Amino acid sequence: METSIAQTNVMKLNELPVGSSARVVSVNGTGRVTQRLMEMGVIPGVGVKVIKAAPFGDPIEVRLRGYSLAMRRNEAEAIEVSC
Amino acid sequence: MDGSHRQLTIALAGNPNAGKTTLFNSLTGLKQKIANYPGVTVERKEGPWQVNGKAANLIDLPGLYSLDATSLDEQIARQVIVGEQAGIPKPDVLVAVVDATNLERNLYLVTQLFEFGIPVVIALTMMDVFEKQKHQIDVEMLSTLLKTPVIPVTAKTARGRDELARRVLAAVGTKPEIPYEYEDAAPNSGPHGKIFARYNFISRVVQESVWHDDHEKHRVSEKIDRVLTHKFFGLVILVGVLLLVFQAIFSWAQLPMQLLESVFGGLQDLARAALPPGVLADLVSDGIIAGVGGVVVFLPQILLLFLFISILEDSGYMARAAFLMDKLMSRVGLHGKAFLPLMSSFACAIPGIMATRTIESRRDRFATMMVAPFMSCSARLPVYTLMIGAFFTGRYVFGFLSVGALLLVMMYAIGVITAIIAAFVLKRTLLKAPPPPFVMELPPYRVPNLRTVFQNMWTRAGLFLKKAGTVILTLSIILWALMNFPRASQQDINNAAAEIQKTCNCSPDEAQTLAETRAKSEVLQNSVAGRVGHAIEPVIKPLGYDWRIGIGLMSAYAAREVFVSTMSILYNVGKDQGAESESLLEGVRNARGDNGELIWTPLLGVSTMLFFLLAMQCLSTLAVVRRETNSWRWPIFMLTYMSVLAYVVCLLVYQGGKALGYG
Repeated sequence: METSIAQTNVMKLNELPVGSSARVVSVNGTGRVTQRLMEMGVIPGVGVKVIKAAPFGDPIEVRLRGYSLAMRRNEAEAIEVSC
Repeated sequence: MDGSHRQLTIALAGNPNAGKTTLFNSLTGLKQKIANYPGVTVERKEGPWQVNGKAANLIDLPGLYSLDATSLDEQIARQVIVGEQAGIPKPDVLVAVVDATNLERNLYLVTQLFEFGIPVVIALTMMDVFEKQKHQIDVEMLSTLLKTPVIPVTAKTARGRDELARRVLAAVGTKPEIPYEYEDAAPNSGPHGKIFARYNFISRVVQESVWHDDHEKHRVSEKIDRVLTHKFFGLVILVGVLLLVFQAIFSWAQLPMQLLESVFGGLQDLARAALPPGVLADLVSDGIIAGVGGVVVFLPQILLLFLFISILEDSGYMARAAFLMDKLMSRVGLHGKAFLPLMSSFACAIPGIMATRTIESRRDRFATMMVAPFMSCSARLPVYTLMIGAFFTGRYVFGFLSVGALLLVMMYAIGVITAIIAAFVLKRTLLKAPPPPFVMELPPYRVPNLRTVFQNMWTRAGLFLKKAGTVILTLSIILWALMNFPRASQQDINNAAAEIQKTCNCSPDEAQTLAETRAKSEVLQNSVAGRVGHAIEPVIKPLGYDWRIGIGLMSAYAAREVFVSTMSILYNVGKDQGAESESLLEGVRNARGDNGELIWTPLLGVSTMLFFLLAMQCLSTLAVVRRETNSWRWPIFMLTYMSVLAYVVCLLVYQGGKALGYG
């Protein structure tokens, strides 16, 4: 049972390197941004892939459910993913 | 309550970029009506639709991702659907526009639509694109699982239009069946349980009705994006696109604008020739025709800008431009989407302010509008040219750098810096709001639909003419009256001409012209505006201005460049002298105040340039802000804060400069 945490690597979406895929574990927060993220389909279980970052490093482009969603890094911080 | 004679009300709902506008245009044609919902700036669009011979009113709801009322668009859409929006009966049928290439997220809105108890019919768009990408949708399966009719439509070929009408008519009066258990959210799933339940249902539906080849899907868009949002080339291309837009409004619009100006000039002459000289002729020619001309002259710029904006939006590039610039813009507290409107304002703030419509958050949109006029627009150039021409021609620093060019660059730079500071302050005070969330779809690239592009251009131009145009026209006529009453009679002018001819050695014609020029100047000086000029002299004296310049400043409210022609009249050099005419430059250099001292100095030239940069002296812009914000509060605020700022800055520059011995 002590292995379950070590094996699945949980991190925040803004820490996920460009080109990597992961599965959403949770979307934290209760504000408008969180609600909007969920309505756009970012809910636990969905697969996401970081496509690229904008020229100044922020925002980032994320692919999910077959479409592209752009979000700022501080918005991506609320999304926990595992890979 | 037999509804057979009643007009049906049908609402069109769908995600942004789902092809909703294209479908709306194809169903209603050109007979659409556009207005705002009362009290807000959300656009209300409706048009007649013949549903198999039965008249229906089709309402195009704002583009939506959800109906949970987090944004103004969503609140309005919800009110329309539940029948709480005044003047719109509760819809009989909801037509949900669903993008086949983005099925999961588009269906999310549909799951919400089911919950209102109004029959839903799904119009499936982008099927041609989807099939080209070698995907397949089992439409029947989709329809069965959703317990809702699903009709593939293609606006271009009118595919599915009749079928859609048939199914909509059949759905009237039926009760929809909610295809999933939406109350059945897991008990410990928190406040977002409903969202989970909807998406879980959608995932099942899509799995059973769609065959994907995920690698194929975004291939083209991804390739384009690799260049267009590239760390280096992406920015280079963005600058290129902006230069193109800028070039278009700045110089391509020149020819049609000059054409319009000469047409209206011709009309003025025609009116003068047709009417007996007097008040009526002056009112028609200088008041009404010039006023209408002053409105219409903006059309080429507005049409061109909206041509570009529609193409950029429809193709999917606009979202990328916001993606590229958001980091910079969010530093100031603005959204990435504010970039293009601000850039366009360098040509003219009017199309720029109209372009802020792409910004969803009201506060961010207003903040962008409030700072847009600081971008040095083309109407300031004649004033800059006059000042530089009068005081800085042939002056160089370091032997090669022209002072005039340097001043010009400085004006543009100061404008940008002021806009940044003003946005920063506004976003922390009056329009206080956290930086707007950026979460935004990057839609796949598409070839823009020409019909949508032109319809959009047409709509904007019409709105400008109708809503802003009437205000601009009224204000210009009032301004004309202020500057022309009380008047000199033709008899007085003739007497003066005879007087002049006695003393000077000139032909009767020359004497007449001279007398008329002087009479114009006299009238202006004695007019209401002239008296106001005298009255405000104590206020503008600390800025180095006398009452004559005061009149010039007031006349500049019709349009900034009018300052040049007003000064020509006041300095007795005739109305039609351009900013570069030698006689006008001399007139400015040699102008003396009532105490006989020279008025203008290079220092005053610079501070006047600053005044024109910072002050809100454009009635047309104020009229557009009034129309776009739906209230007089914002244009009044804009007028006040910009004028106060201009006054304070010019006071500091002029008095400071004098103290340092530059006066």
